[in-house]
Amino acid sequence: MTVSLNDLVFVAMALVIVVAATGVVMLKNIVHSALSLILAFVGVAGIYFQLSAGFIGLVQIMVYAGAISVLIIFAIMLVMDKSVEKTNLFSPNIIRLLAGMGLTFLLFVTLGVSIWFTKFPVVPAEGPVDAVGMLANLFMGDYVIAFETAAILLLVAVIGAIILAKGAEDKQ
Amino acid sequence: MLSDYSSIGIFLLLTISFPVIALVMAWMVRPKPKQTEEKLTTYECGVDTKGKTWIRFRVNYFLYALVFLAFDVETIFLFPWAVKFNSLGLFAFIEMVIFIAILVIGLWYAWREGALEWH
Amino acid sequence: MEHLFINIADAFTGWLMNLGLSPWWADLALLVVQWICIVTIVTANITVLIWLERKVSGFFQERLGPNRLGPFGCFQTIADAIKLLTKEDIIPSAADKLVFRTAPIFFIIVSVMLYVVLPMGDGMQIVDLDVGLFFFISVGSLSTICLLMAGWGSNNKWSLIGAMRAVAQMISYEVPLALSLIGVVMIAGSLRLSNIVAAQGNIWFIVLQPIAFITYFIAATAELNRGPFDMPEAEQELTGGAYTEYTGMRWALFFLAEYTNLVAVSALMATVFLGGWQGPWLPSWLWIIVKTYVIMMVFFWLKWTFPRIRMDQLMSFSWKFLIPVSLANIFLTGAGIHFFKWMGW
Repeated sequence: MTVSLNDLVFVAMALVIVVAATGVVMLKNIVHSALSLILAFVGVAGIYFQLSAGFIGLVQIMVYAGAISVLIIFAIMLVMDKSVEKTNLFSPNIIRLLAGMGLTFLLFVTLGVSIWFTKFPVVPAEGPVDAVGMLANLFMGDYVIAFETAAILLLVAVIGAIILAKGAEDKQ
Repeated sequence: MLSDYSSIGIFLLLTISFPVIALVMAWMVRPKPKQTEEKLTTYECGVDTKGKTWIRFRVNYFLYALVFLAFDVETIFLFPWAVKFNSLGLFAFIEMVIFIAILVIGLWYAWREGALEWH
Repeated sequence: MEHLFINIADAFTGWLMNLGLSPWWADLALLVVQWICIVTIVTANITVLIWLERKVSGFFQERLGPNRLGPFGCFQTIADAIKLLTKEDIIPSAADKLVFRTAPIFFIIVSVMLYVVLPMGDGMQIVDLDVGLFFFISVGSLSTICLLMAGWGSNNKWSLIGAMRAVAQMISYEVPLALSLIGVVMIAGSLRLSNIVAAQGNIWFIVLQPIAFITYFIAATAELNRGPFDMPEAEQELTGGAYTEYTGMRWALFFLAEYTNLVAVSALMATVFLGGWQGPWLPSWLWIIVKTYVIMMVFFWLKWTFPRIRMDQLMSFSWKFLIPVSLANIFLTGAGIHFFKWMGW
């Protein structure tokens, strides 16, 4: 089995993602964790680019690295009351720790099994010519109900967050 | 031939070297006197800094970020539709008007509830 | 003259392949040369631009601007650059060191990356990406995080308040920024920047999409944190905003990145609304430079014409005016296209 340049690029990007994701869990300062998470998001976008899924990769950068990360950091700023250096520690409660580890293990097993038993079709390395246009045809054709539901989901998210935030503000 | 995304990847790697070279160049020529404690204090217009900087911020910021996220996702749905607009026909146009209308309700609600007011 | 740079590039790769390099390596070498050219031009152009802005601002206020060093003070920025290079590097002891150090590095990387997709002339584009316009928007949106890192890492109240305001402002104006481009994409039918330029062969999009142009211009001014929207670094109240604690080369990198962004956004506006590199008589690469400079002049003009606006007015202006207007523009454009189709044009 020969190692191509493509594989090396994938390994490099996977390494960035794994290190960054480990950082999210291990770093003691929660803002560092959030910044590390952004790096992981950008790394995932890199994998999408390697798979010639440019639009999805850019959506990953714009929504996750550009918007959700800002939301996360603002949420951190909203609840900050202790010293920042110790905001992301492991729980001292041993039962919670074990429960978390157990859940993570189950998640890994499920993922591993589903990856192992899925037959991934071998497709040509080149992406489709007009990927964005195909996406539009699917949105407006077969998946139109899901498309409109997405709008309602966003609406519910906005309304829900405003109601929660209002409640928090009234308590203050 | 390099593919589009590998060109961008190589360009990114090259670009990383740019600030590094600039900083190394500055490091070589700049004076490095011994830093005194006074010099390394936080600059707040000459007054000694009081209290923590990293404190709790208002809920306002979070609300803006949330409404922004909803609209950011909306623009992402709009881009593919806009690309294919000419060939999709009137039905797709009406679908998109419904989509935007639903989000405008969200904007209107946020407006009415004062989530868009800066305090 | 028209194909001067393309001919040079072709000659270069041809020469390399004659030496026995495979096309892949020749492409790579060309890419490296292109990168060096872009970085050099960007840096050199910015020294000119800073001098120009100071001079123009001077004239707006009936001052002379820099006028001591060299004819018309044109060596002033070079002197400033040398001064910045030889300034000592101060990292406050309270700062979050790693975040503080890396913020300017990420900021400049993000702003230089924008040039990958910009068409700088007929066929002069490093990568003609099929989602080029979207690349510009989404990579550009990462600069918010860099500012937040700078403000957070400094552990300084001015910096953090400045950064938080900057981020709140930038995310608010990113929505109208993206929405205003939708109308253009609807007419052009592509996100590929070269196609968008080609679609303007007969008529520029500034004529077809005047509302989009104005909303984009306003949103871009806010996104670049330029006056009248320079609240985040309002010198009179926040000292230097997110950059307060930065000195020497690190500060220079921020400054460089801000101007790099300004040039990139102006060039994108020229590409999307002013017909890109198309124009009579002059070669294409000269046209894009001329158009970019015209737009930058308007930016300078705006900065010295309008007073800085208040933070609450700034936020309401985006959410309660620009976003509804840009949504209405999309609706109008769609209705217009269908109307013309129905009329049989």
